Amino acid sequence: MSPEPRAAGIDRRTVLKASLLAGGGLALDALIPLPFGAAHAAAGEPAVAAELSAFVAIAPDGTVTIMSKNPEIGQGIKTSLPMIVADELDCDWSQVRIAQAEVDQARYGEQYAGGSTATTRDWMPMRQTGAAARAMLVQAAANRLKVDAAELTTGKGRIFHRATGRSLGYGEVASAAASLPPPDPSRVPLKDPAQFSIIGRPTIGVDSHRIVKGEPIFGIDTRLPGMLYAVYEVAPAYGGRLVKADVAAAQRAAGVRHVIPMTGNGDYDSGLADGVAILATNWWLANEARAKLVVEWDLSAAAGHSSSAYRARAEAMIAARPAEDLRVDGDPTRQLAAAVKRVAARYDYPFIAHAPMEPQNCAARYHDGKLEIWAPSQTPQRGLTVLEKALGIGPENIRLHLTRCGGGFGRRLMNDYMVQAAAIARAVPGVPVQLIWSREDDMRRDYYRPGGWHSFEAGIGANGELIAFADHFVTFGDGKTPARAAGYNVAMPPAGLVPHLRYSQSMMPTVVTTGALRAPGSNALAFASQSFLDEVALAAGTDLPALMLTLLGERREVPAPGNGIAFDTGRARDVIEKVLAISGWSTRSAQPGRGRGFAFYFSHRGYFAEVVEASVAGDAVQVHKVWVAGDIGSQIVNPMGAENQVRGAVIDGLAQALAGQAIEFVDGVVQQSNFDSFPLARMPLTPEIEIAWVKSAKPPTGLGEPALPPVIPALANAIFAATGTRVRSLPVRLKAA
Amino acid sequence: MGYRLEINGAVHEVDVPAEMPLLWVLRDELGLVGTKYGCGRGLCGACTVHVDGAAQRSCLLRVGSLGKAKIRTIEQIGATEIGARLQRAWLEIDVMQCGYCQAGQIMTACALLSRTSQPSDAEINAAMTGNICRCACYHRIRSAIRTAAGVEEAGHVA
Repeated sequence: MSPEPRAAGIDRRTVLKASLLAGGGLALDALIPLPFGAAHAAAGEPAVAAELSAFVAIAPDGTVTIMSKNPEIGQGIKTSLPMIVADELDCDWSQVRIAQAEVDQARYGEQYAGGSTATTRDWMPMRQTGAAARAMLVQAAANRLKVDAAELTTGKGRIFHRATGRSLGYGEVASAAASLPPPDPSRVPLKDPAQFSIIGRPTIGVDSHRIVKGEPIFGIDTRLPGMLYAVYEVAPAYGGRLVKADVAAAQRAAGVRHVIPMTGNGDYDSGLADGVAILATNWWLANEARAKLVVEWDLSAAAGHSSSAYRARAEAMIAARPAEDLRVDGDPTRQLAAAVKRVAARYDYPFIAHAPMEPQNCAARYHDGKLEIWAPSQTPQRGLTVLEKALGIGPENIRLHLTRCGGGFGRRLMNDYMVQAAAIARAVPGVPVQLIWSREDDMRRDYYRPGGWHSFEAGIGANGELIAFADHFVTFGDGKTPARAAGYNVAMPPAGLVPHLRYSQSMMPTVVTTGALRAPGSNALAFASQSFLDEVALAAGTDLPALMLTLLGERREVPAPGNGIAFDTGRARDVIEKVLAISGWSTRSAQPGRGRGFAFYFSHRGYFAEVVEASVAGDAVQVHKVWVAGDIGSQIVNPMGAENQVRGAVIDGLAQALAGQAIEFVDGVVQQSNFDSFPLARMPLTPEIEIAWVKSAKPPTGLGEPALPPVIPALANAIFAATGTRVRSLPVRLKAA
Repeated sequence: MGYRLEINGAVHEVDVPAEMPLLWVLRDELGLVGTKYGCGRGLCGACTVHVDGAAQRSCLLRVGSLGKAKIRTIEQIGATEIGARLQRAWLEIDVMQCGYCQAGQIMTACALLSRTSQPSDAEINAAMTGNICRCACYHRIRSAIRTAAGVEEAGHVA
């Protein structure tokens, strides 16, 4: 989810290596280019088994094993990337087995779940890998049948020579194929997308049959012989330092084996705060023993870091001149002053937590200077980096197993729990340790989506056109650089679409750790900007979709500043027109207490326009229906997963607005602790959701995030349509009538 | 304290404090990790098990209070007719995203269908509201319950 997706590795080439599979068959390694700016290629340990070293392996019985290289966090990548390989390989999906790859940067390139990047980045390498394996099998069959490879066709894992009616299964020629030189992946012929038989077909998740039976596949399910369970007690407030700890009583508690005060490193990324580790034979016993710790903390660093103080500071900053301009187009000051009509409003939103259902956890074993880790992480390779930084253990001495993650939402981009588990394991060499955070730990030590404040101004011309636009953003940071995920997006619409524009920023410090949450930046900026533009549209005598279509103008690419992603106004127009059509926007009727709102946003390469219909009774909001139109390129790799992602993102956004989600601080102490004080969506919140895809002729891109941002402003705009009350602050809190 | 617990038709002996919640007996004493920890306070439903056929939050059930109760967990729910139907329905439309909460969802749904074989949507909502799905697969959970109950043909969701 962070950083924003970079350009796909277009000029970087995948290299293939073929070898004979242990027991016969073809093993094809796809050496995928290293990530941009990778400082090191982890040497890693030798692969445990020959067949596990290959990206694609075809056994003599025809079974195809495809390594899933990326972390699976519920986004469905463990199913969808192998589908791409299997389609070009032209095998039958029922022949395919998926194995989870260990972390090995040299072999797999980036192994990363964030920023909705995997489909964008891996679409072509996955196709090439599958197509290359197919080409090798075809050549081996041609040699066997003594015919030209061009006379052969494939289908469902078999090779056919139509002229003579002969055929061979992939498994029958896999060993022979292993001795052939792999083709240049960039030149291997790819399928015509019209011939795809697996891509685009609704496909069940590869782990689903295990999940419904409760089989152990999540990080928290890791069990190692002799393992102890650990909790890590940290200071109640952010930045707290351990002064002294009396651990005697905790040490005597039932089941407790070790109590270890630990000094942190104060490092933001590794998150190794001062604390006390308690290791016991059962996690509940470890957690119970926390009450017996007598710890003196120095909490002075967090004094004054309270939500109320942040709000007061933000109001003062908003009233003052911005500290810096981030983008100035034309002459916004003059044009705002000259406008026939001016609209101004302030918007804000709170810190929110990720709260994945599986609390942070990690199993680790330290022995003879080597570390073995089982972690549910979205960024395992970054985990290796922070482990080295925090503990001085280099990647050559770490073996890192990826487990399925019980949700990510950006929380597991940070590897603080991994560093803590490793530090605890190092303190008890030879003993496997599983650190599990309680829900309260998880809620109080997050890298939160930071709160923010906006002061908008817009100038409307004589013909109702938007001529000038300004936003003063107040955020968190050290005065020079915004805190993690607290930065602005200077390409945010209507930038590039109005002639006179100013985006400016002021920031205040915080001791609280912040980070990317599903659609980082966009999840908040969409609410503020698209809600304000709804106000502007009404003031200009039109509505938001009409205003957006006017602003978009001709179909073209609007370049983003820096190395940002260009914005295609045609794709934006198409999803807007699509959602207006499926929702019957132009014929919507006004009813007291019930209304529809629209919003559009572009994030993580995806174009989404959404319409929400909601009714309001007193302070209660009910969402009846949401219409979604999205463009993520020419192919929906797995429609089964894609539709689930969109629905989930929509409900996630509705919950951010309606469930009462806000993390608040008093002197650096988080006031929320569990799902009662930080509520998540529950089944009755679920509205009907209708989804339409616009399949533009662009390469497919990711879907973990872009469907979320528009739903919040669409909801806020629907509440205005229903009630005349403008929602300018999240979460939504209406006054009872 | 020693306790004899009947879990999934087998008797297990454990030596733990009476206050230990069943969840942690299952997970850390018996290795039955299909039952999930989510909140520890009965707020999310991830730890749902059946105690004498009723859906209960195992994070709140003290082992000392269980007596001779028959406990069933996700690992053996497929051995029941309704449980097996639910698992099939779950796979037919691939309910899950991350999947972490699904054991608890299936256990709650199974108790619902044991009580009410043909639940209305309102009854499904009421029964399932205690089970959080952070990925928000609620449409499919509802749809799978309807399918398992035979009140609606499985549609092509995607």
